[in-house]
This record gives sequence, C-alpha cells and structure tokens, in this order.
Amino acid sequence: MPKLKVDGVEVEVPAGATVLQACEEAGKEIPRFCYHDRLSIAGNCRMCLVEIKPGPPKPAASCAMPAGENMEVFTDSPMVQHARKGVMEMLLINHPLDCPICDQGGECDLQDQAMGYGVSGSRFEENKRAVVDKYMGPLVQTIMTRCIHCTRCVRFMDEIAGVPAIGALGRGEHMEISTLEAGIASELSGNIIDLCPVGALTSKPYAFVARPWELQKTEGIDVMDAVGTNIRIDARGPEVLRVLPRLHEDVNEEWLSDKSRFAIDGLKRQRLDKPYVRGADGKLKASNWDAALRVVADKIKATEPGKLAVIAGDQTDCETMFAAKSLFEGAHLDCRQDGMKIAGSAPRGAYILNAGLAGVEEADRLLLIGADPRVEAAVFNARIRKRWLQGGFKVGVIGQVGEQTYKTEHLGDGPDGLDKAADFIEGAERPMVLVGVGALARADGAAVLAKARALSTVNDDWNGFGVLHTAASRVGGLDLGFVPGEDGKDVEAILADAESGDIETVYLLGADEFDASRLQNAFVIYQGALGDAGAHAADVILPGAAYPEKSGTYVNMEGRAQRSQRAVFPPGDGREDWSILRALSGAMDATLPYNDLRGLREAMEAACPVLGDLDAQAPGEWGAFGVEGALESAPFVSSVQNFYMTDPISRASPTMAKCTAEFGAAAEKQAEAHG
Amino acid sequence: MSGLDIAPDKMQPKAFAFDAEHDARANVIIAKYPDAKKQSAVMPLLDLAQRQHGGWIPRAAIEMIADRLEMPSIRVWEVATFYTMYFLAPKGQHKVQVCTTTPCWLRGSDDVVKACKDHLGIGFGQVTEDGKFSLHEVECLGACVNAPMIQIDDDYYEDLDAASTTRILEAFAKGETPEHGPQNGRRGSEPAKA
Repeated sequence: MPKLKVDGVEVEVPAGATVLQACEEAGKEIPRFCYHDRLSIAGNCRMCLVEIKPGPPKPAASCAMPAGENMEVFTDSPMVQHARKGVMEMLLINHPLDCPICDQGGECDLQDQAMGYGVSGSRFEENKRAVVDKYMGPLVQTIMTRCIHCTRCVRFMDEIAGVPAIGALGRGEHMEISTLEAGIASELSGNIIDLCPVGALTSKPYAFVARPWELQKTEGIDVMDAVGTNIRIDARGPEVLRVLPRLHEDVNEEWLSDKSRFAIDGLKRQRLDKPYVRGADGKLKASNWDAALRVVADKIKATEPGKLAVIAGDQTDCETMFAAKSLFEGAHLDCRQDGMKIAGSAPRGAYILNAGLAGVEEADRLLLIGADPRVEAAVFNARIRKRWLQGGFKVGVIGQVGEQTYKTEHLGDGPDGLDKAADFIEGAERPMVLVGVGALARADGAAVLAKARALSTVNDDWNGFGVLHTAASRVGGLDLGFVPGEDGKDVEAILADAESGDIETVYLLGADEFDASRLQNAFVIYQGALGDAGAHAADVILPGAAYPEKSGTYVNMEGRAQRSQRAVFPPGDGREDWSILRALSGAMDATLPYNDLRGLREAMEAACPVLGDLDAQAPGEWGAFGVEGALESAPFVSSVQNFYMTDPISRASPTMAKCTAEFGAAAEKQAEAHG
Repeated sequence: MSGLDIAPDKMQPKAFAFDAEHDARANVIIAKYPDAKKQSAVMPLLDLAQRQHGGWIPRAAIEMIADRLEMPSIRVWEVATFYTMYFLAPKGQHKVQVCTTTPCWLRGSDDVVKACKDHLGIGFGQVTEDGKFSLHEVECLGACVNAPMIQIDDDYYEDLDAASTTRILEAFAKGETPEHGPQNGRRGSEPAKA
C-alpha cells in the first residue's frame, strides 16, 4: 500500500496501482486517450504525462508508471503543462480537424482535451497524412485519417470481446488500424465506437443523424436479451436515434451488445399504430380504440374462463403482465412462450442465476448445458471471458453450440454429456452450472432441470445453479406467477387446444416466438408494438408500446428488478401496454383498481415484493424442482440460432438484416463445423 | 505516403505451403520455443516464407503461419507490416534498402539516396524496368557506427558516399557481389582516421 503525494495531497493506493490511479484517488484529472480502466495499458498516446520526484528530470507517462512509496507527483507543474501542450500539438499534426462534419463532435475526447490542455495554433506547415478508410462491417464506420493510434479498439477486440479482428498494421507514421477489409464478426463490436476517443470509429447507422446536444437522454433497460443491460436511450422528438450503455458494474460493466445498440431502427418499421379489427371479409381494417376494445371485451366476456388463454411475450414488462394476470383471472396464463419446463411452483432459486452475473468472477468452474452465452447473452459472455483470462477456470460445454470466446471442454452433444459432468465439476469449490433455454424447452426439460439441480453446489455462501434466460420478461413473469395454475394449460397445450377448438380466445401480449399459424381456429387478440407473427394471426390488434416508449420493470436473469424510463411516445394511436389492459377492464365492467402507473406498481409490489426491491440481487429460495425422468438422446441446441434476429424489433431492423447477411453465413458455417 | 504495399489479388497464390527443406527448418525454429509460446517463431517463419517465395510473402503464407503457430492472423499481419525486411508484394531481384534515420541522415544519407535514385532511375518503393533492383527507404538497421549505410539483400554496405554507392550498384548490375562492410577502408567499426 504505497503512500504518495499528488500535488501536495497525500493518498494511499493499493500495491500495483499506477500513478494515474493515484492521481484520480487524489481527485486530480489526468487527460488520457489510450488508457482505459478495463483494457491493458498501452502507454502510447503520452497525454497522461506528469512530473514525478524523485526520478529523471522529464515527464513520465502516469498510466504506465507504478505508484511508489513516497513519490511526489505534480499534475499541473509548468513542466507538465508544457509537455501536454507538446503532446497535443503532436497528436493534432495529422488530425484533420474536421470537427464540423464529424459525428464525434461534441462528445469527443480529443476535442475536449484540446480545449483543456492544448494550444490555440499549430506550427505545422507540411502536408497532413491521409489514410484510406477501412471496411469494418455494417455497424462501424471508419474515418481513418482521424485516428490517433491509441489502439483501444485493438485491445478491446483482443481482450474483452475475444475476437482479435482488428490490428495495427505498419509502423510509425504509416501505422493504420485495419481488419483487412473484413467485417468484425463479434457480438460486441459496437463498443469500439464508444471506446474510440476520436471520430475514427463511429456508428454507421447513426452517421450524420444528430448532434449530442440535440438529444433527450433517458435511462432505460435493454430488453433484447435477459442480461438487463443498463442503457441510455437518446431520442430527438419522437424518434429513438441511438442506444448507449450505462455503467453498471454488476450487470453490464460498460458494454452493450450489438443487437441492443443497433436494432433500434426496427422501431420505425412494421409498427402497429392503430387498432385493427378483422372484418366480415376476413381482412384487418383500421379501427379506433373504443370499437376495438368493445369487440375484445364482448369476445372475452362471451368466452368461458377455461377457454381463454393469455401468452406473454419475451419483452413484456412486469406491469403489463401483472395487470393481465389480475384481469384474466381463471384464464390459462403462460409467460414461457419458448416452452421452458420450469414449473410455476418452482422456488425462485430454480429459475434465476443465483450467484449473479458478477458471481461468475468468483466461480472456479463453469458448466454450460445447452447454453450458448456468446449469442444468448453476449455481454455476460464478456464477463465469462474476463474470468477465464484470470486463470484457474475451466468451462465445460454440453450441447451443439457455436464457438465461444474462451477455451471450452466439450463434454458431449446431448444428455450423454451429463454423465461426464460430475467428473468435470469434481474438485471445484465454487462451480457454476448454467442451463440454457435450449435444454429446458425440450419435452424432457424438467428432467434436464433436475439433473442440473443435482449437479449444482449449493451451500451457505455459494449457489452455483443458474438458468441462462434469453427473454427479458421471463424472470419477471415467473416471479409474478404468470404461469398456468392447477389444471392450467401451458403454451404447447394452448396451441394444441386452439387447433382443436378447446381454446376459443387467445390474448397475446407481444408474443411472437411460436408457430402462430396454429392459432387460426381461435379468436386472437394481439397487443403489441410491431406487426410480426402474432399480429398476422390476430383478429383484433391493439397497438402497444415498444420498450423505449413505456416505463416498465424488468427482471434480468439473475433476478435483479430494474426500471426502464419512457424515452419517447408510441407512434400513432399506440398506448402504454398496462393502460390498454386498464381500458379493456373498463369495457369489460371489471375495472382494475388502479388509475395510474404508481397505483399499479403499489399493487404489484404488494403481490410480489421482489419487484419493488429495485436493483437488488440475491440467490433465490432453494427447494425441490425439476422432475426426475428419462432423457431423450437428441443433442442440446441453443435457442438462439441467429444472434442478430431474435425478436420483432430486431427482425424488422434493416441494420440487423445487413448483419445477418454478412455474418449469418459465417455463423452457419461455424455451427456446421461444430455440429 | 500511406497505405500498405500488398500485392493485388491477381498476383496472390491460392495456397502456400513450405517445401520439404523449409518445412524442416520451420520445425527446428518452432522447437526452440516452449509449446505455449510458439508464436515467438513468427518472425523467422515469415523470413523462411519470403525466402522460399522469391522474396515476398503472399497472403496465403501469412494465413498458413498463423494456423501453424495458432495465433490470430491479424497478429501475423501486424508483424509482417511492421518490419521493413518483409515484403508483401514482389520486388526487384536485389532490394536496395537505404537507411534514412537520424544518424545516417546526419552522416549524409541524402547523398546516398540521391546516388541510388539517379543511378537506378527509380524512386522509393519502385522496381527498375529490368526487375533487377528495387529501392526502399527503411528505418534504422542498427549500424549507426558505420553510417550512412544501405542493406542490399542480406548484406550491409557501410560508410558510404555517393561514389561508393554508385560503384556498388554497378557491381551488382554486372552480376558481381561486392565485398560488404565499410566502403572507406575502415575495419569494422574502428575509430575513423582523423
């Protein structure tokens, strides 16, 4: 624990800390470009120079200098000021200074630090260097002349993403950042846009769209997967223009998956902006709220409770599910549209990742059963890789899944691999067992669950069992008990009975991930935001709100309830989903006992206290779950076959379509090689 | 100047493999390093590939070396583009590599460069019409005590001036290989005579 003085302020830092970290500890701002907390130290931009005594009479790069006992550091001495001006002048020699046409303008480290530490003029009269722009795929736009060679992007892809696609080619003045004209086949590539301290790597879909100061910034929660990534939704007027990650050390650190970042252009397509009712001619006709709600209310009232089913989708917020559960009491409810065999009676410990997402950093072994974290939970996968890089950590895989970004031991394709799992876990102190949706959604899912439970180590300070969910709504739905009660029917039974006519009316809450053609004999009400499979099968469409358009509570796969705020309004006549159900309850003469979101939340939290305990994570109650039984021999496959298209928004997104075209073929090839 | 000098696709061979002789040498080189650190062999392997493939390294060779050393191909590209001794496109039969880094420049590398350009009639990065010579500007080759210097193929020619540079190039043009080392009568790097 060296003690040192920074500008006269005494600080004590952990052994191994750098001078830069000591300066931050002392509250001093050190400008930097190449240094980043989560990346290895490069020390090549030289912007963080400070004066250190005792030492050679020249400035030292504080990011790469270990803090030493009794050091005296000066962060604002004449030597430091002079050195920073020199570095800044040097960096700007080959920088085009095209800020007025640069997308980074207004949120650019180089711009800010040039203002703060630079000089107002340049002595450079020679020609600037120009660099040919590189192709890095449909997501990342490059303007390479602006690059200052900090190599953050190179280190991110190599260290965090685990896809070493970017390199620094050439040397000295001829150095160029390049992927050799290949797209970056990583699920996390968008993060290099945030990391780039200048405008060399910018967002391709967002090019020339807006300036940062025009944007309304709203704190939200991502719903493209079950990680619950904290996001900032940037909107201008009615349009969501971009999504950026927010810092949350226990969930996403500061990363965001490409789907969450770039699928937002899907919010402008296929939107349901008016109520529709199927007319006598069999065609959907635009209607209005009163008429549509009347049709729905009459139909539901005319349906016996036992012939009504409600299926909640993958992105449905807890408020909507709670309202639906109250309103449709006695109906067949299910939030597990993927068909995962976790019983409604199971304790909470049976369906969350008990140790927490950050808990994997404390694990010493990881067993993945039918789970493919790279595509099912890309941001969490970066954390698994982080743990793997620290050493003393083995990952075992059971199932036919794609390549991960760390070394794995393949124990088998199907349930036969489970026999080897006990040997794999043997000897580990804190093993983690993650079961994927692909393994739980099979007919023998409950037996797989029981096997996984038996393999898990659960004691007072470690619960290594976890389910790797893929749907943002799933844990919340299970918490709320949005599952069939006694004699209730699950999704598969609902679909089968809808075909046979035993189920008369089906109410879909943004549920699209099943074969909707099986619903053609039933009367289908679709409440949702985008016209996908569910809306095509619908007899009445009630336009809802997509995730940036409503305030909602979501519980991520580790059981952490988080609240997303509304960034924009739904387009057209669309309404927030809970309010549609509230209006419907009025039309049904069964008015729900709350008039606003606060009232709804109070009732919801009274019924389900975990949803009120925001941002808390703890292992769930433990108990018996799963059903011992025979396993089928079929291999486990991931529930996500195309990372870029998993929900109505990403399926409607032109950017995701481009990614699928570019990287989908590669993913298929990879699957074949491993299959 | 910017951009990498990589041979166009039509010149790139589809595949590359070491022949028996080079393969044996590659095995000897790789065996020098612990198995987990075998990527340390990347530089000598690139050199082997260049020698086998007529003085330049095709894309296929870089991919092959990456596979063989189990490292990402971009890392091999980084090495191959960093060092001036690797050529990624066909060059002249003799590669005249002039050092222009500060010590050589202070000792008169401008004269050496001018002599090369005048005598060969080409600029940096170019190849003479007969394909015999190509001229390259390189960074410090570590022979500063005998500056200025040029490297032709595997040999250093040191303590040069315009006349000795021209003489060396003429000898190469005639098919001779002139004596390498200092060209002003010095032995090795002994103190220059006053």
